[in-house]
Amino acid sequence: MSALDAITLSVIEAGLQQVCDEMDLAFSRAAFSPVIAEAYDRSDGIYSAEDGSLIAQGLGGLPVFVGVMQYSTRTLIEMIADGRCGKPEPGDIYIVNDPYLGGTHLMDVRFAMPFWRDGKIWCWLSNTGHWPDIGGSVPGGFSASATAVEQEGLRLPPVKLYKRGELDPEIYAIITSNIRVADQRIGDIRAQAAALHVGAERLAALLDRYGDETVQAAIAELRQRASTQMRARIAAIEDGVYVGEAFVDSDGVVNEPLRIALAIEKKGETLTFDFAGSSPPCAGPMNSVLATTLSSVYLAIRHIFPDVPLSAGAFEPLTVKDPDGTFLHAKYPRPVSGCAAEVSQRIAEAVFSAMVKAVPDRVTAAPAGSSGNFGLGGHDPERGRDFVLYQISGGGYGGNADHDGLTNGCSTIGISKSPPVEIMEQNYPVLYRRYALREGSGGAGKHRGGFGLAYEVELLRGNARASFVMDHGRFGPQGVLGGSDGGVNTVKVWRGGEAHVPEHLSKEQDIELAAGDRVEVGTPGGGGYGDPFTRDANAVARDVALGYYERGEAERLFGVVLTSDGSVDLASTQARRGGTN
Amino acid sequence: MSEHTEPAGEYVVAGIDVGGTFTDLILVDARAGTVRIAKTPTTVDNQAAGVIAALDEAGMAVGEIDLIVHGTTTTTNAVLERRLAKTGMITTQGFRDVIELGRRTRPQPYGMTGTFTPLIPRNLRLEVPERMDARGRVLTPLDEEAMRAAVRALLDAGCETLVIHFLHAYANPAHEIRAAEIAGELWPNEHITTGHSLLSEAREFERGVTAAVNASVQPILKRYVERLRSELGGRGYARDFLMMNGNGGMISSALVAREAAKTVMSGPASGVMAAAHTGARAGFRDLISYDMGGTSTDVALIRDAKPAVSNEIEIEYAMPIHVPMVDVHTLGAGGGSIARIDEAGLVRVGPESAGATPGPICYGRGGTEPTITDANLVLGRLSPKKLLSVDSPVTREGVEAVFAERIGRHIGKDGTEAAGAVLQMANLKMAGAVRMVSLARGLDPRDFALFAFGGAGPLHATALARELGIPKVLVPARPGITNALGCVVADLRHDFVRTLNRPLAALDPVTVKQVLDEQKAEGLDQIGKEAVKPNAIRFTHSADMQFVGQTHLINVPLPSAEIDIEALQALFEEAYFARFRVSLPEIRANLVNLNTSVIGEREPIDLSLLIDAAGRAATLDDALNERRPVWFGGAWTDTPVYAREKLPLDAIIEGPAILEQRDATTVLEPGDRAISDADGNLAIEVAA
Repeated sequence: MSALDAITLSVIEAGLQQVCDEMDLAFSRAAFSPVIAEAYDRSDGIYSAEDGSLIAQGLGGLPVFVGVMQYSTRTLIEMIADGRCGKPEPGDIYIVNDPYLGGTHLMDVRFAMPFWRDGKIWCWLSNTGHWPDIGGSVPGGFSASATAVEQEGLRLPPVKLYKRGELDPEIYAIITSNIRVADQRIGDIRAQAAALHVGAERLAALLDRYGDETVQAAIAELRQRASTQMRARIAAIEDGVYVGEAFVDSDGVVNEPLRIALAIEKKGETLTFDFAGSSPPCAGPMNSVLATTLSSVYLAIRHIFPDVPLSAGAFEPLTVKDPDGTFLHAKYPRPVSGCAAEVSQRIAEAVFSAMVKAVPDRVTAAPAGSSGNFGLGGHDPERGRDFVLYQISGGGYGGNADHDGLTNGCSTIGISKSPPVEIMEQNYPVLYRRYALREGSGGAGKHRGGFGLAYEVELLRGNARASFVMDHGRFGPQGVLGGSDGGVNTVKVWRGGEAHVPEHLSKEQDIELAAGDRVEVGTPGGGGYGDPFTRDANAVARDVALGYYERGEAERLFGVVLTSDGSVDLASTQARRGGTN
Repeated sequence: MSEHTEPAGEYVVAGIDVGGTFTDLILVDARAGTVRIAKTPTTVDNQAAGVIAALDEAGMAVGEIDLIVHGTTTTTNAVLERRLAKTGMITTQGFRDVIELGRRTRPQPYGMTGTFTPLIPRNLRLEVPERMDARGRVLTPLDEEAMRAAVRALLDAGCETLVIHFLHAYANPAHEIRAAEIAGELWPNEHITTGHSLLSEAREFERGVTAAVNASVQPILKRYVERLRSELGGRGYARDFLMMNGNGGMISSALVAREAAKTVMSGPASGVMAAAHTGARAGFRDLISYDMGGTSTDVALIRDAKPAVSNEIEIEYAMPIHVPMVDVHTLGAGGGSIARIDEAGLVRVGPESAGATPGPICYGRGGTEPTITDANLVLGRLSPKKLLSVDSPVTREGVEAVFAERIGRHIGKDGTEAAGAVLQMANLKMAGAVRMVSLARGLDPRDFALFAFGGAGPLHATALARELGIPKVLVPARPGITNALGCVVADLRHDFVRTLNRPLAALDPVTVKQVLDEQKAEGLDQIGKEAVKPNAIRFTHSADMQFVGQTHLINVPLPSAEIDIEALQALFEEAYFARFRVSLPEIRANLVNLNTSVIGEREPIDLSLLIDAAGRAATLDDALNERRPVWFGGAWTDTPVYAREKLPLDAIIEGPAILEQRDATTVLEPGDRAISDADGNLAIEVAA
C-alpha cells in the first residue's frame, strides 16, 4: 500500500527523468557532429513495451521531438509482431528514419533498443539524432524543390544496426555508401548507441533499487496523474470552439500559400484539434507526416503549459482528428523535408493563434517561427576545396500579456544558437556587411513584438549556389487582440549589381552567385499583443530613442506624438489616440 | 615548521569575503600562531563599511596587518542589478547590435517568453567604418575622423566609460589599438576597454559582452577600491591590498579595475581555492566542492588539488563572460527553496525560493512557505536555538504544523513525515544535479570526495554523498567562512589566451613556442608589478583544440613550451578519449588557442591555526551539548549533539550524530563515521 504513496511516486518520477537526462547528455557529449553535440538536435526517452507510449523524455531534447518517438516505437512494435521486422534479441539496436513510419524528415535518424528484464522486454529506449547528411539531391537534405521522398535521401525501414551488441558491417556499409562526409558518421552512430546503453544501465539501477513492480506501478500512476494535471489546466478554460490559422508561404514548387485551418474544441477536460479545411497534400517538400503534426500540437501545448510533465498521460486529454487528405498527413511518396523545420512551426502558430483566445494570459502573439535556413555551397579557390555553409537565424517573439516579445529569439522548435559571424568568416569565403537588429519589424501592440535580424553576406571569391528554406515571407507573424503582424521575412540576392527576389519569397534553391554578389536577409519580427494605442507612451518614446522605430511610425502605429527633444507630446498624443490614453 | 623562512614578511594576513548577506574575515597571525574570525552584516550600499566593521570586530589594529586580501561581490551585483556606469560602445560599421542580438536564444526551452536588456543601450552604441578579415588583413582602414566624432558624441551623451569592439580584433588588434589612442586624446579618464585586450578569441557576441561588462563595472570597482584604500589608510594600513579574481588568483588592488570583469565570481572562486587547499592538506586531492547557501548552491570539480578553470561562464541569461574563471556551476536550489504539492499530487522542491526575504518560516521574517531549511528544523537536524539572524523566533511545532497543512494533508502524512519527504526529494534532486555537472565534464562523481561548506552544505552532505555513491565527505573546520579562507590561501595568478585557429598540419612548433614564451614573459612582467612578492613562480601551458568539422574545444595541458606537432596530436587524442570515450584517429585536429597561466605562489598558511587546540575537550563525552530526537529513515532516533569546536583530536564520531558550530551544522546519518583531524576537518566515511 505504501509502495505507491506520493513520496515514492515523486522519487521514481525524478529517477526516470534523470535516466533520460543522462541519455541526452551522453548522446550530445559523445556525438561528433556539431548539429547534435552543440545544437542539441536530438532527443532521448523511455517508451512502453506494449504500445510504445511515452514514459519519460529528457528535458534537454530539441523541443520539436516532444512525444514524437512514441509513434516510431509503436510502429516498430507492430512490425515486429506481424513479422515485417526481425525479432529482437539482447544487444540489438534498430535504426529507422522512414518518415511515414512515425517519423519526421529523413535526417532525423532514430535508434531503438529493447530494455530487457528477466528475459523479457520491459520497455524500449529510443533516441533521435539529426544527421548532417542523409544523401539525396542536396547536401544537408533540405531540398526546396523535391517532389518525391527519393530525392530527399536514403530511407531506412526499421532494421537491426547492432545485432547482439555488434555493429552490422553490411547495414553500416549501405548507409555510408549513400551519405556525404560518411567518415565522420561513425562518431555519431557510436554516440547514439552509447546513449541508449547509458540509459539501460541507469534504468536497471533504478529498478534494482525500488523494485520492478513498484516502478511499473508508479509509471502507470504517473501517467494517470500527468493526465489529471493537464485536465485540470484545460478545465479552467471556458468551453467553446477556438479557431486559429496559419499559412506556409508555398511548398517550394507551386507558388501558392498552404493554409493550416484549426478549430480547437474545448469541452470539459479535453481539447480536440480539427485541421479540416487545411490545404491538400502539396507537390513540394512542405508536407508533414502525421507523427510530426501530432508532436507539433504537443510542442505548442507544452510551450503554453511548460510545467506539466512530459509523459503520454499529458497528451491523453488532447485529441487530434486525423487530418487525412490534407498536407498535414502526407503519405508516400510525398516529399517532407520541410516538415520538421518549418511546417511544424506553422502548426504551432495555428495552435497559438487559437489558444490565445482561450488563455490570453498564457499565450503570446505569433513568434517569427522559422529556422531561417540559408545554405551556400561552392568552391573556394584560395583554399582549393568545396564548402557548404549553413546559416540558421532567429527572429522576433510575439508580445505577451506581461512583456514585449524577445528580439532575435530561437525558432519555436529549437534551442540551438546561431553561429558567430567571425566563425563563419573564418571557415567560408564570405564577408558579412551587416548583422543588425531589423528596425521596425516588431509588430505594434500594447506589448510589441520582438525584432528580427537583418544581415547581408557577400561572396568573396569563386562561385557558389545559394538556397533558402525560410517562411513568413508572404504574411508576417500574427498579431493578436488588436496587435499588428510582425514584419515579413525578406530575401534579396544581388547578382552583378541587380536585385533578385525569389519567386516564392522565402524559398529558392541553387541561385548562382559569383564573387562580389550579395545576399540580404531580413527575418520576421514578432506579432504585437493588444491595441498599440494603449501602449505606454513613454515606452514608445524610448523605442524611438533607441532607433527601434522612426518618429513617423510612433505616430502612425502607436498614436504617439513626440516633441523635438524626443519626449512624449501629451496633448497631441491624447488627441491622436482619440482619448484612449 | 616554516618559522625561519622570511619570504615576503607577511606575518599577519587578513582574508575578507564580502558575500550577499555577511562579510566574513579570517585573520591569521603566523608569528603568534593565532587566528581571529569575524562575521558582520554586509553593508550593501558601501561594502567598505562592513569590511571595516569586520576588522574592528576581529580586534587587531589595522596598522599591524601586513596583508589584506579581499574577495568582493561588487561587480557581480552591479551586473545582476544593472547598477552600471554609463557606458558607450563603438563598433565596426554594421555590427553595433551584436551585444543585443545575442546568439538567437530564449531563457528556457519551453515557454515563448522572456526579456533581455543589453548592458549598453542601443543609442549609446555607435559605428565607424573599419574592417579586418578573419585573418587580420585590413579590408577597410579605420576612419579616424569618424572615430573622433563618435567619441565626442558619446562624451556629449554623458558616458563615463567606453568600449571599442571591432570584428576580428583577436586576429589583428591594430584598429582597436589605434582607435583607443584616438579616444584617449579626448576621453577624460582611463576607462577605455578594447575587446581584444581581455579576450583574444573569436566570437563577437561573447567578446563584446565581456568587454561591455568590464567597462560598465570598471569605475564602480575603482571607486570601491579607492574608498576602501582610503578607509584602511585612515586606520594605518599603508600597504597595497590584494583582490581575488574569478580565476582563483589574486591581483593588486591597484591593477584590478583595469580588468574588472575578471572579478565576477570572485567569491565562489575563493571558496573553491580554499576547498582545494584544505583538501590537499587532508589528503583529498580530488574533490567536488559543494557550497550550499540560502538561495543557490555552487558546485565545482577539483582534480589533483587544482580547481578546473573555464573560459566560458554565463552569469545569467545571455550574459557570457569569457575570461578564465574557476569553473563554478550554480544550481538554483538552496535552504530557501520552497516545497509544495503540485496539481498531480507529487512532492516538488523549488525552483521558487523564499530567498533571504522573507526567507524560511523559521527565520521569523514573515516567511509562510515551507522550505528545505524549515524541513531540517522540523526533523531535529537544525536546532531553533542555533539559527543565525532570526527576527522573531518560531517554534518547531509551529513549522511542523505548516508542513502538515501545506504538504502532509495532501498526501496522507503528518507534518514530520511531510518534512522527511521534502528533505528526501531535495537531496535526490541536488544529487541528480551534481551528477549532471560532473558527467558533463566527463567525470564520475564516485571518484571524488565531497567537500561541503556554506551555511547548509554540511547539513546535506552525507545524504547527498550516499545518493551519489561518493564514499567520503570532508567538512572543513569553519564551513561558514570558507570564501574568506580562500583569500588567505590563494596565489597570485595571471592567465593569457591567444587564438591561432590553425590545423595542426599547418602549424610550426617554433610559433607555438614563441607564443607561449611571450605569454610567460607578459605574466612575469605583471607579477613583477605586484607589491607582494611570491615565494616561487610556476607556469602552466595548455592548448584548446578540436577536430576539424567540430566546434567544441578540448583543453589539453602541455608539458612544456617546446612541443612537436605529433606530440600535440597524440595529447589531443588522449584528452578527447578521456572526455568522450570515443577514439577518432583518422580525423585531423585544429589548434584554436594557446594558453599560459603564470602563478606566483605565496607562503602556505597553517590551517591547524583555524581551531583553538586549547578548546578541544579531553573526551568526546565532554564535547556533548545535548541529546535530542532527530528523524532518520522514517523514525525518531535519540541522537547526541556535539559542540564541533570541542571535539578531541582524532576523535571518532559514529552516526547518528549532530555536530554544531556557530554558523554551520553537520549531520552524520546512522552508519556514518567521522574523524576530527589536526586541521579541524571532519573526514566522514559515508555508510553505503
